[in-house]
Amino acid sequence: MSAASNQVETISAPREARRGARAVIQLLSPFIGLAVVVIIFSILAPDSFLTTRNIEKVAVQTVVIGLGAIGMTFVIISGGIDLSIGSVIALACTVTGWSLDKGASTPVAILCGAGAGVACGLVNGLAVTLLRIAPFIVTLGMLGIARGLAKGISGQQPIRVDPEASSWFSSDWLLDRDWFITAPAVWFMIGIALLGGFVLRNTAFGVYTVAIGSNEQTARLCGVPVRTMKVLIYVLCGLFAGLAGVVLFGRLGLGDPTAANGMELTIIAAVVIGGASLTGGEGRILGTIIGVFMLALLETGCNLYGAANYVQEILIGLIIVIAVSIDSLRHRRSTN
Amino acid sequence: MRGVQKRFGGVVALNGVTFEVMPGEVHALVGENGAGKSTLMKVLSGAHRSDGGAMELDGRPYEPSGPRDARRRGIAMIYQELTLAPHLSVQQNVMLGRETRTGGRFGVIRSAGMRASVRTALERLGRPDIDPRTPVAELSSGERQLVEIARALVENARVVVLDEPTSSIGRQEVAHLFEVVRRLRDQGVSVVYISHFLEEIQELGDRFTVLRDGRTVGSGMVKETSNSEMVELMLGRRVEQLYPVSSRTPGQPVLELDRLSGRNRPQKATCSLHRGEILGIGGLVGAGRSELIRTIFGLDPIQSGRIRFASITGSELVEVSRTTPGRSLRRGVGLLPEDRKQEGLALRLPIAINTTLSRLTEGRGLGRIGFLKRSALERSTDIMRDRLRISSTGPWQDTGSLSGGNQQKVALARLLHHECDVLLLDEPTRGVDVGSKAQIYGLLDELASGGTAIIAVCSYIPELLGLCDRVAVMHRGILGSPRPVAEWTEQSILEAALVAEGSGVVA
Repeated sequence: MSAASNQVETISAPREARRGARAVIQLLSPFIGLAVVVIIFSILAPDSFLTTRNIEKVAVQTVVIGLGAIGMTFVIISGGIDLSIGSVIALACTVTGWSLDKGASTPVAILCGAGAGVACGLVNGLAVTLLRIAPFIVTLGMLGIARGLAKGISGQQPIRVDPEASSWFSSDWLLDRDWFITAPAVWFMIGIALLGGFVLRNTAFGVYTVAIGSNEQTARLCGVPVRTMKVLIYVLCGLFAGLAGVVLFGRLGLGDPTAANGMELTIIAAVVIGGASLTGGEGRILGTIIGVFMLALLETGCNLYGAANYVQEILIGLIIVIAVSIDSLRHRRSTN
Repeated sequence: MRGVQKRFGGVVALNGVTFEVMPGEVHALVGENGAGKSTLMKVLSGAHRSDGGAMELDGRPYEPSGPRDARRRGIAMIYQELTLAPHLSVQQNVMLGRETRTGGRFGVIRSAGMRASVRTALERLGRPDIDPRTPVAELSSGERQLVEIARALVENARVVVLDEPTSSIGRQEVAHLFEVVRRLRDQGVSVVYISHFLEEIQELGDRFTVLRDGRTVGSGMVKETSNSEMVELMLGRRVEQLYPVSSRTPGQPVLELDRLSGRNRPQKATCSLHRGEILGIGGLVGAGRSELIRTIFGLDPIQSGRIRFASITGSELVEVSRTTPGRSLRRGVGLLPEDRKQEGLALRLPIAINTTLSRLTEGRGLGRIGFLKRSALERSTDIMRDRLRISSTGPWQDTGSLSGGNQQKVALARLLHHECDVLLLDEPTRGVDVGSKAQIYGLLDELASGGTAIIAVCSYIPELLGLCDRVAVMHRGILGSPRPVAEWTEQSILEAALVAEGSGVVA
């Protein structure tokens, strides 16, 4: 027995060390990408890139995408996908404007915007679980439906709201960069991200989400309420999309049904760059947030450097592919 | 369980099984594949409902509404394919679905409390060294099995069903598993142990029950029953009758391996294969047998060494380079993969497509501009359905709805339809019922007598002895030299599988 336990110790000691090293690498690898982007643009545009003003601008830009990406992280970890998120953000933005236009108070308008997102998420979740349609298809449908609803509500025109009624949104309060280091909206997003990370790691909800994405049969066998969980995950994603839409309304100052076009792809890209696996089971909120910042820095950097729009698009495409291939390389090594 | 019945459509899977487990015993459940062991255990663990008969647990009627319910009542099933979430830690896996009972408010998990109960369970299994925080993906398959058993313990299981627990783990881990099973028994847990390996049952079992064709055909004390008595119960006839006894004369060599090495295994495999012979490859699971034939076929990359191949009867052996599955098939080399469901067949497609898939583009199935000719496909498929006696409703039946034996016949039908000269078969009778087994043996005998060269990887030693002309045994990636079957015994094959050739040590 002593021989056996000795052997066990000698096996587990290097394993422990390897696990530690791998965990550190896993933790740092998204930061490395971020650092590379920062360094490159600091060299290319040394005067303007790393100014506080610029960093704040980047931070503010990220709020809409960031909120959406946090919700999307949950969906992707559970093995699903939400293609409708861009349209839902636009719908929430439009609904916020529409309700203000109809004379709703600020809190009611926020509730309406967020509620629109929740409703879309609920429909997505129910269709995925009750009709057993693949999430890709369900949310592809919702992509069209939500966008169409937004246009219908607004009569195909951006809703311009009486400045008086929308003063809370447009007064720069939300996006006031000098509020406390950065704007309240950015703090709000950071708070939501921290909360999301906590939920993912330390609550049954989070463990269930990972379990469903990792091995759905097992989750079911262990009594995880898989259907309810899926509905809740899509509702959560819808809620975040709704909040993102409200913030977008604040930024635009109008309820624009054509806003956030194609944003679902940026959001999914951010989540994937952050280390989530589209086959489920893997992903981190921190990684997602870093992915969001990386994409935003890339955009700002390209603008400052004066690179054409198409260069930026090519770069983003390359980064997605590189990030994912590094990730899969790492996986292959760890399984061998 | 008394007189339990289960039907799937028209197929009767269980027909009056009586099965009884005492507290704190290891009860071996044996029977051929397809005898109904797995179905019976699925009924017991709530995955299937019985269509008749009665079950009692502690003297009270027991009718689980599902796996959840069965587990709650203390019956836990550990499946062959382990059911863990690889991305979660040991602790998260063990406690999955139970977090709220040990957790704090609002579903926030109290890690420390959970870890303590997971530790206790691992201690009961004699493995306190497994850190509950380790991700399951980093554990060996034997350790994963323990995590599953730990999950059962945390749920206070009183009956643990182990379905072929040694099929997926290494030899050292088997010894530990036995230790664990004995510990469980001593702690008053009943273990139902399903296995093909009679040696395991002799070593571990207290009592046994034998199933055949969905019926209980015998039960008793393991100590009082010999292996051959159990085998006779399982088969219901003598072993020899299963295998055809025609004598064959091998012809010209058709395939030669010269120090063939793959990425990991095989290592420097050298052997030759003649027309009209069946060469059996024995050895343990994981010895590299599948990799050997996959490398020959071109599914796994060749690292070094040569393959020489004679394409036409009587022609010279020519070295072949850059083998790919497509090239191999064009040369007339066909592979029957081990994993029929994942690799061998497209289960959602009809029999006709599965049978003709490898030759769809070779004119016979195709009209002039690339359209499939249904009638041609049907004709070819019907020939095969007749020849292999595939019980099915027609050529367009979904392959997935066939029984295991008939699925395997469809996989073989593809190779026949392709008119392969060289067949590489990986466990050709795995998961196949006795009747189909005999038919497959007969077919292989017929093919070999007609000049086809066959390499068959078999884990079941009597099959090697009954079916093959020559047998070579693999051990840790190294292929032993092939010898005529008459020079082998069950004992010597097993020894060769367990101990490296020439090391002189007898296990």
